[in-house]
Amino acid sequence: MPLLEIDRLSLAFGGLRAISELDVEVHENEIVSMIGPNGAGKSTVFNVVSGVYEPTEGDVRLGGESIVGFKPHKIARMGIARTFQSLRLFQNMTVKENVKSATYGNTKASPPESILRLPRARREEREVDALAEEVLSFFGERLAGYRWNQPAYVLSYANRRRLEIARALATRPRLLMLDEPAAGMNPKETGEITELIGRLRDELSLTILVIEHDMHVVEGISDRVIALDHGIKVTEGSFHEVANHPAVIEAYMGRDPEALAEA
Amino acid sequence: MTPIGVDEWVARSDERRDEGTGWRRALARADARVGWWPRLALVTVAGLIFAQVSTNVNIQTVAFNCLLYALLSMGLNIAVGWSGLLDLGYIAFFGFGAYGYAIFSSSALGSGGSGGAHLAAFESIPIVVLAAGVVGVVIGLVALRLSGDYFAIVTLFVGQAFVEIVNNVDPGTLGGVNGLFGLDPFHSFGVTLTTPLGYYYLALGVTVVVAAVLHLLDTSRTGRAWRALNDDPLAAEAMTMSVNKLKVMAFSFAAMVGAVAGTIFAAQQDNVFPTNFTANILILIYACLVLGGVGSIAGAILGGIVVTAAENMLSSPTDAAYLFYGLIIIALIVRVRPWRRLGAVVAGVIVFGYVTHAIVGAVAPVATAGSPGSPGWIGSLMNGYVIVPKNPTNFGNALYIALIVGLLAIIRLRGIRQLIAVIVTIYVAACCWESRLIVNPAITTQIMLGAILIVTMAVRPYGLLGKHRVEVL
Repeated sequence: MPLLEIDRLSLAFGGLRAISELDVEVHENEIVSMIGPNGAGKSTVFNVVSGVYEPTEGDVRLGGESIVGFKPHKIARMGIARTFQSLRLFQNMTVKENVKSATYGNTKASPPESILRLPRARREEREVDALAEEVLSFFGERLAGYRWNQPAYVLSYANRRRLEIARALATRPRLLMLDEPAAGMNPKETGEITELIGRLRDELSLTILVIEHDMHVVEGISDRVIALDHGIKVTEGSFHEVANHPAVIEAYMGRDPEALAEA
Repeated sequence: MTPIGVDEWVARSDERRDEGTGWRRALARADARVGWWPRLALVTVAGLIFAQVSTNVNIQTVAFNCLLYALLSMGLNIAVGWSGLLDLGYIAFFGFGAYGYAIFSSSALGSGGSGGAHLAAFESIPIVVLAAGVVGVVIGLVALRLSGDYFAIVTLFVGQAFVEIVNNVDPGTLGGVNGLFGLDPFHSFGVTLTTPLGYYYLALGVTVVVAAVLHLLDTSRTGRAWRALNDDPLAAEAMTMSVNKLKVMAFSFAAMVGAVAGTIFAAQQDNVFPTNFTANILILIYACLVLGGVGSIAGAILGGIVVTAAENMLSSPTDAAYLFYGLIIIALIVRVRPWRRLGAVVAGVIVFGYVTHAIVGAVAPVATAGSPGSPGWIGSLMNGYVIVPKNPTNFGNALYIALIVGLLAIIRLRGIRQLIAVIVTIYVAACCWESRLIVNPAITTQIMLGAILIVTMAVRPYGLLGKHRVEVL
């Protein structure tokens, strides 16, 4: 059974159909990339899966259970974590606090317990602290210890992307959805993020759904690629199959002028 | 190995700032090393020392009020500072606490001034505070379906509704416009507080406990979640935080702290009136929090103390004069550098004043026939220096406008012209103060408080102890 099933999903904003009858399956421990030109509906798919939008029709299932209609925090607690294309960090909190805040749904201490520092609150705080450090250590020197107490707004663009991934990891997800993780990174950093996504799958045995424009990244990480255009799945398959598919080339490059002339 | 680049430079900006010289750096280092509870202990000891040395009953009452506003702004900080909820109904919970104490610890529930509940403080205060928390949850659940400005409007209505309710509903129990009086003093476990000093100790204890509780809450999962939803509610929701529930919690916690402040206020006053809980008081609480630093517990306490102390000083003519001239002198010392320039300004102010006074006196003796409004030695010092006509009202009003023009000129001009503008404006300020401002203490208090707030916010946009905040990057 696939971990994530998107079943004949449609979403319309008034008369605009952002997604039409989309079927996607993501299997356990798989890395699937979604590509497509701007406005193809990729981020909208993320927003529906994470509960920000409710679909007009169709179903979304996590491990066989429908998650349509749940609030985003409920879906996040069920194991779907995401990052945002336009970064949405908690700017005025420290790097470490950003990561720790994402453990809210997996901890239980009530305010009175926290105030009195009762055993459960103390144990959870220790665990959360260890988890935050473990997750941040995943990024090695890039988010090294001296940064942990800096506010998020002092970080560089690339580091903010890394921190968003770290924060998403702290929710202990089964499915990780990354929205353009390599945007704004230089070639060296792009190489690092490609390697990192592979490590996330191998070392944390995560299932990962990625939106990415950088074809080197897509080629480097994907088990499977899905191409979207105008909210419709154009094609699906291995990177080379999809990259050479005429409809994908057309969506990205426009139509061949000679073919147009003939038509 | 991280390459050193612009990224690095930005990231280490805080460290560079700490590399300052002399006492500032020593202070910053010491500040970073000391934990939260030694600081709180230090403040507590300072508060206890104050109680030991103070013998003036009026000052003890002012000190009680300082702590009361510190408490109120700490509570407001939960909603406004941490969770980003513009809560304009906060004053209703201050009133709820006060009226709650008034009902349970008086004859209000009896008839004809006898009978009634007369609960001890250790019974009535927890009941009232928990009830405030429940009411906070109920109102929060309704109001939090709205966000931003709409939320603010609904809570503003709650604040106004409270005053109308106590004015009009069941005057037999709530007292209507006449309020409730003859409340029991704070009494528990055989201790009854009757002196201002006693209530000061009570307020000190409550303030310290609330500050500690709020700090522990701030550093817990709940506090982190509040601050996260303030920065970005959508991201907070996506990161497992139940934003609506957290907002209701923040609103309710703020309500409880407001109610605690209300109970000790009622016990100390020994009466409550609807006019104690109007929008004016709400604005004053906001002023405390904004001046001290939104989002900071220490800032909320400091803001409460500074604003309340300043307000009390301004209502006494002698103290108001000290504060007025003191602030001018401090501003000069802080802002005018180097020392030679400062000397020139001081000499300029003195010479300019006496020369102007002499010229005006020679041309039109009636223009200098009045006497300075300040009492005591400041008044006699100013006699023969400032221009105060026989009938100073209109002259003073004109000077007030001239003063504002002068302040604008100081901001706009540079170099020698600015220096001249500073000299003239200080003299105009002194004349205006002696001929007009000090005569109307009630209005002057508001003007001075506003001026203090504006100047503080211009110098420190994030309040005295507030941290730099970034909204959008």
